[in-house]
Amino acid sequence: MYPIVEKKKLSETVKLMKVKAPLVAKKAKAGQFIILRIDEKGERIPLTIADYNRNEGTVTIIFMEVGKTTKQLGTMIEGDNILNFAGPLGKSSEIENYGTVVCIGGGVGIAPLYPIIKALKEAGNYVICILGARDKSLLMLEEEISKNCDELHIATDDGSKGLKGFVSDVLQKLIDNDKKIDIVWAIGPVIMMKVVANLTKKYDIKTIVSLNPIMVDGTGMCGGCRVEVGGKTKFACVDGPEFDGHKVDFNNLMLRNRRFLRDEEEACKMHEETS
Amino acid sequence: MAVRKNKYEMPEQKPKNRINNFNEVPYGYDEQTAIDEAKRCLQCKNKPCMQGCPVEIDIPGFIKCIADGDFDKAADVIKSKNSLPAVSGRVCPYEEQCEGLCTIKKIGEPVGIGRLERFIADYERKKGVKKPIKKKSTGKKTAIIGSGPAGLTCAGDLAKMGHEVTVFEAFHAPGGVLMYGIPEFRLPKEIVNAEVDYIKKLGVEIKYDVVVGKTISTEELLDEYDSVFIATGAGLPRFLNIPGENLDGVYSANEFLTRINMMKAYKFPEYDTPVKIGEVVATFGAGNVAMDSARTALRLGAKKSYIIYRRSDVEMPARNEEIQHAKEEGIIFKLLTNPIEFKGNDKGYLTQVKCIKMKLGDPDESGRRRPIPIPDSEEIINIDTAIIAIGQSPNPLIPQTMKKLKIQKWGNIETDEDGRTNIPGVFAGGDIATGAATVILAMGAGKRSARAMDEYMKTKIWPIKK
Ligand SMILES: Cc1cc2nc3c(=O)[nH]c(=O)nc-3n(C[C@H](O)[C@H](O)[C@H](O)COP(=O)(O)OP(=O)(O)OC[C@H]3O[C@@H](n4cnc5c(N)ncnc54)[C@H](O)[C@@H]3O)c2cc1C
Ligand code: FES
Repeated sequence: MYPIVEKKKLSETVKLMKVKAPLVAKKAKAGQFIILRIDEKGERIPLTIADYNRNEGTVTIIFMEVGKTTKQLGTMIEGDNILNFAGPLGKSSEIENYGTVVCIGGGVGIAPLYPIIKALKEAGNYVICILGARDKSLLMLEEEISKNCDELHIATDDGSKGLKGFVSDVLQKLIDNDKKIDIVWAIGPVIMMKVVANLTKKYDIKTIVSLNPIMVDGTGMCGGCRVEVGGKTKFACVDGPEFDGHKVDFNNLMLRNRRFLRDEEEACKMHEETS
Repeated sequence: MAVRKNKYEMPEQKPKNRINNFNEVPYGYDEQTAIDEAKRCLQCKNKPCMQGCPVEIDIPGFIKCIADGDFDKAADVIKSKNSLPAVSGRVCPYEEQCEGLCTIKKIGEPVGIGRLERFIADYERKKGVKKPIKKKSTGKKTAIIGSGPAGLTCAGDLAKMGHEVTVFEAFHAPGGVLMYGIPEFRLPKEIVNAEVDYIKKLGVEIKYDVVVGKTISTEELLDEYDSVFIATGAGLPRFLNIPGENLDGVYSANEFLTRINMMKAYKFPEYDTPVKIGEVVATFGAGNVAMDSARTALRLGAKKSYIIYRRSDVEMPARNEEIQHAKEEGIIFKLLTNPIEFKGNDKGYLTQVKCIKMKLGDPDESGRRRPIPIPDSEEIINIDTAIIAIGQSPNPLIPQTMKKLKIQKWGNIETDEDGRTNIPGVFAGGDIATGAATVILAMGAGKRSARAMDEYMKTKIWPIKK
């Protein structure tokens, strides 16, 4: 049992939770994820680690309520217990001093980017952050991130904050202004990562993306999380979740992420009817 | 009196009923039939059957007890060697082991040793398992990684010897393949849980959600415990590596079976985990895993369920009983047929598999005749779901994270007969050491290692290998 020690509402549909999981906190590194299961009948879902505190033994997760499980998780409160919480899983981000790094986070993808930003800054990089969302209510961690980076740019689809447009527009501007960029990290919706990767490929800027395929075990046992990278099949849970964005087959990922869409809708409806 | 040539039948669910439910197929013997079957045993002095038993059960001994009607004593005889008889009594390949060496085989069917073992285990479970006897505490602590049959057996034996045992399991449930792989209709999960409860009664603690190599390292365990047993199994699914394998609708058998058995997707949406199958399902491979997948697909409502296998029926690795049951249930066997490409529609859903006919050539390294494609024999089969069940490799997580550990070519951990690895205090056994094998071999390995670990913890002597 893993108690929720703190809960915050970041927006109408995005919640932050600090969960007591000392063993996970002790080993957690930027870029890794956990798998949780709420109760006996629950499914196992992966969530990226948004922060951790080794002294307190806590791990922070941030999630958008999109499916049955995340909606149910969103109704839980401080003091409630999560039945299973395993991790840290996957490989951690390769943090070093690259020079100038651009970190791009879209929507709920901003959460997993936060520990990476911190680690890159600590490693001595000049860190430029571009945060994007549909509208300003969906932006998160702006304050925390601004404290840990050198430049912060914001883009919203509706222009309610920062530039009206996409994160890739901001990146294009940086490139047009002859900003020397050594590496890009992009985490967000698949389509966003695809657009960013296509753009940086033109300029030959190395780009790391973090993939979020459907998972079951998260330990390399089922192959449900397989993705195509550089023409080869990889298991995102053990070989990733971060991969070279220029090699990822994003179309296949989008398709595989739709695998259980209809069942998901059915489960959501049941959840809404019963709660 | 002449010996009856055939085994007494074990009643089972009719095929047309059972394909609509997940209940266990055979019902097991009643008391009288068990006694009658036990009386078929000749009580051979040299006990040939025992040589076929990886956990050294005194087979004629327990059968004699059944024939005498003393079922409690029969249970004691079995339990002294085998902590999980209700499991092995259901899934062992008896025909290749004990029953294969039975003297009566010369004139007819061997004694139904598996059925009798199962009968006793079920008898004992229904009656309420006795509290096991434990030796007094040795003060030694040991860590077991993985709670499959190898880990559970080793844990149970070490606990009986008086050691303090902790099992670390990556999943939220115990049992390994017994829980996530083998379906309910063949091995009810209630039985696995009862066997696990017995191990817990011995004082074994099981810690879930601990992925050794990630949550904690093997080295850290070795600092805290007097010995470590690695029993992480062969969980890495193999794929065919043909075009279209990542289409929507293609599962590894592990994913398919885990969703259904461990996550209970067959009860979706009561349980949250979904699984999707269409009208026509094709399973590739012909081992136990393939039979389980194809039969599970039928129970989920598939109209047609194929087994597609590149060799012929004599090479099929599954247990006879599984193949028999699959045939009775209407699984369509397409043998000497090999898939070469999956095709999908514009939405990326699997719609077809292209196969090629095969013939058998000379034997390969495995001793089985090598399948060779017959030119221009391609055929297209319309399918909605494909399940890849062509084998599993050893779980790479611990080998990858424990650099000093000696690994063999196929990724299995190198050990001696007692499971000693190249690192003092570290033992390994079951599928992680042998590659994908059987439940009983995994249990046998757990047993041998428990003995060697006991000795090591008492003496701290580690035999140096040449
Ligand atoms: C579908 C299917 C049907 C089968 N049918 C039969 C049959 O009828 N008869 C038969 O004899 N055999 C059968 N087998 C084979 C048999 O199940 C295996 O040989 C046996 O289970 C191996 O036991 P094990 O203890 O070595 O490993 P496993 O049963 O694989 O258990 C390994 C355990 O270790 C855990 N683990 C892995 N990595 C870690 C880690 N890093 N940290 C912590 N825990 C970890 C896993 O989660 C798992 O619980 C079947 C296998 C399958 C998949
Ligand atoms: S989630 Fe099962 S292998 Fe990655």
